[in-house]
This record gives sequence, C-alpha cells and structure tokens, in this order.
Amino acid sequence: MTAAEAARQVARHPIQSLGRSTLSAVRMVGGVGVFAVRGTIAALTPPWFVSQLLRQFVAIGFFSLPVVGLTAIFTGSALALNIYTGGGRFNAEQVMPQIVALGITRELGPVLAALMLAGRVSAAIAAEIGAMRATEQIDAMRTLSTDPFRYLVGPRLLAGVLMLPLLTAVADTIGVAGGWLVATRVLDFSSAVYIRNTVDFLQGWDILSGLIKAAVFGFIVALMGCYHGYNAKGGARGVGRATTHAVVSSAILIFASDYLLTTFFTHAAK
Amino acid sequence: MTEATPKLAWKGVTKRFEDRTVLDALDLSVAPGKSLVIIGGSGQGKSVTIKTAMGLMRPDAGSITLDGECIVGLSEGKRRKMFSRIGVLFQGAALFDSLTIWENVAFRLINADGVPRKEAKERAIEALEQVRLAPAVADRFPSELSGGMQKRAGLARAVVAQPEILFFDEPTTGLDPITAAAINELISNQVRRLGSTAVSITHDLASAQTIGDEIAMLHNGKIIWRGPAAELNTTDNPYVRQFVEGRAEGPISHAV
Repeated sequence: MTAAEAARQVARHPIQSLGRSTLSAVRMVGGVGVFAVRGTIAALTPPWFVSQLLRQFVAIGFFSLPVVGLTAIFTGSALALNIYTGGGRFNAEQVMPQIVALGITRELGPVLAALMLAGRVSAAIAAEIGAMRATEQIDAMRTLSTDPFRYLVGPRLLAGVLMLPLLTAVADTIGVAGGWLVATRVLDFSSAVYIRNTVDFLQGWDILSGLIKAAVFGFIVALMGCYHGYNAKGGARGVGRATTHAVVSSAILIFASDYLLTTFFTHAAK
Repeated sequence: MTEATPKLAWKGVTKRFEDRTVLDALDLSVAPGKSLVIIGGSGQGKSVTIKTAMGLMRPDAGSITLDGECIVGLSEGKRRKMFSRIGVLFQGAALFDSLTIWENVAFRLINADGVPRKEAKERAIEALEQVRLAPAVADRFPSELSGGMQKRAGLARAVVAQPEILFFDEPTTGLDPITAAAINELISNQVRRLGSTAVSITHDLASAQTIGDEIAMLHNGKIIWRGPAAELNTTDNPYVRQFVEGRAEGPISHAV
C-alpha cells in the first residue's frame, strides 16, 4: 500500500485504522520481546560460533572507533565552551571541568556513542540480515542444521553489549580531552588545574553508571538491527524499510531507556 | 518399515495466506530413491509445497511424513536433526555472501557436524570437483562467480553431506539453455550417485524430463496429473497439454 492509499484508508475508516495500528503495535512489541528472549538464550548458551563473535567484535567495536571518537571530541569541546559561557552568567566558569566530566561520563558519552552505533551498526545489521532473508540465505542456514539465532543474532547481541561500554569508555576519555583542549587552548585554563579538578571530582559511579547504560544501549542497537532485518519482507524495498525502522526504533529506545535508567540510578543513589 | 512406505508424503496438506488457499488438501508422495518433479504455473503453490516439507513453512492442516514419521511442528532440535538428512539447492543458490565458496560448501560440516576445518575444506573441494568447479574457485566469494557457477556451488553444498533427500527449487531459472542443460545433467548424476530421493520444482519442462523419474502437475493447490516423465509429452490431460504447449487458451485461466 502506498502512502497516499494509506492516507485515504485512514480518512475513510478512522476507527478501523486505529484498531489495526494498535493491534499491529501490540503484535510488534510481543514479537520484539520473544525475539529478544530467543536472542539472549542463543547468546548465552552453547554452542557459540566464536569466529562470528570475533567478526562482530571487530565490525561493531573496532570499526566504530573513528566515528565515536570524532563525535566525542567535538561534543566535549562544544560542551566546554557552552558551560563556560553559561556558567559565566553566575560566576561559575571555574566549575566547567567538573560539569564537562559529569556530563560526558554520565550522559553524553554513552548516549552519543549509542546513537552513532544506531546509525552505523544497527542499520548495517538490519541491511545485512534483511538481504540474507530476501535471498533465502536464512532459510538455507536452517536447512544446513544451523540455527540463525545462534549464528547471526546471538553474536551480534553479545558484541553490542560488550563493545558499546568499551566504545563509551573511549568516548568518555576523548570527550573529556576535548573539553580540556578547549579549556587550555582557548579559555586560558591551567592544564594541571583542569586535570586535577576533573580527577578529584569524578566518582567511580559516574563512570560505571555510564558504562551500564552503554551495555543496555548496545543490546538495544543490536536487537533492533537483528529484529528488523530478520523480519524484513518484500525484497529490496523491505530491506530499506527494515534499515530505517532499525535506526529510528534504536534511537527512540535509547532515549527512553536513558531516562528510565537515569531515574533508576538517581533513586538507587538516595 | 514396509516397502510401501513412501520416503516423503504430504497427506491432506492445506496452506492459506489470508483468504487465499495455496495448497488445498494436497496428497502427494515420493518413493525412496525416486526423483519427483513438480511442475505448474506461477503462484500455484510449488514453492510452498517444498517449503512445508523442508520445515520452513507450517501447513494449516494435514500431515507430512518422512519415512512414515510426521515432521510437522517438530521442536527446533528435532528439526535440526531432520535437516541433517536433507540437502537443498535454492532458486538463487542462496550462498552466504560473507563466506568463501569452500566455506559455503562446508558450512554444514563445520557448523553442525563439527568436522575440523582442514578436513571440511578437503571435502568441500572434492564436492566442488564433482560439480565440475575447479579447486581455484574454492577461495573466491559468491559475488565473484557467474550465476551458473553459483548454482553449481549451491549443488555442491546440497550434496556434500550425502543427504537422503534432495530438494531443488527452480534449479535452472535465470540460466542460459546450455548452462541449464549442464546443471540438469549434474543434478541427475548427483541424485543417481547418492541414491537419494529427490523432489524438484520447476517451470522448465526440459529440466523436468531430465531430472525426474516422475512428474506431477500442481494447479490450484492440488495435483491434477501425475505420471512417468516420458508421458509428459503424450498425456491427453488438457491442463498438462496447455502447460506443455504454452497456450494462453485452455482450462488454465491466467491472470496476467
């Protein structure tokens, strides 16, 4: 159905269309839940396909380093400038290193790394698995006595969960370095003072909570890529749709789970 | 097991997609060691027929038996065991893009049977030679091969573990007549060599007569004719005649 046909259908039968959309949404939530459970079982129980796992570590982790690093350094630098300028309104410029460090480790590091992965990795996973679905490679895999959940989904989920925290650790370091660079080169901060303020202020939990968030985001990114790719229908158009859905749903779920996790961590800390 | 037990049988198999009935209480069987080819127009349910037998699609009603045992609704573990008895050549070969040709051919050996990679590679190269692909092809990727070579590699992958049943889904679609004839000959040779039971679906009548002992025609989800391959050109069944002669007029109405 084209977009115009769909719009006409909604105009003609609004209640029916609303019901259909609701049922479809409920079906999708159930489908994602079952898929996530099957994928998690496949990721955590043998047999494991070690070569696939290593391949995914490289594809998801190593090859995402440049994009995550660049995003982190520019964000850290811009954040430092913004906080310096904003803090100046109430004479709080000097707390800029602490706020940059806190903002990067608790929030921006994990969220930005996850969003970069949603764009790069979730889309690539959906396209690859979707193309395999369209060309019967997934059916072929099953007839070769190999469970696609163990071979395709499990390694990607594991790689997502393990690699995003590592990427976030890199993003945290580079992001804080970006802030330091601007502070010492542009804003005349003392390098030693900046570093001492950052190190003295940061607590282990600031970093750890960001890394826990990253593990959850990594699961979401890999899950959405796998789910939409695995369920792609309708040839090349279906693969394109799966890719778009993977990126959009990953991004939305990253923001939603970020809020939920932050709320949980805040209450847990009280 | 008695002599009369078919290797593979569909009994009253029905499959619907929304309000469209694709298989309508289908009854069909294949004797051990025989090669059955299912012919029929597009959208008549040929692919669905073999997908139900391969366990890739679940029928809405009826049963499918392998050596007399029902294979509908098997658990994933039992299905994997069943898959170890079958080999499939898919329409587009369905080779894994990210693996080399030998890794494709040896996929089952390495990932399901636990054969060491060195031995699996040797067996894969042997299988490639049986379908007349040079050992040099083994280290190439599927995208580097022609359509005909990909089909041969797919055939090597289907036969490498010496399965009891072979399924061929449109084995000559998209190939030129000479390559198609070569693929047909290879399929016949491999089926004879292994003594496997074979089920193929095709539009290609030359292919059907080369690789089939028997031919069955599927129309509107039912078998409307079945006979020895040699009788395809002599039967007076009006549906088969129209299909063989490629006439637009006749009992088969086509929504083109």
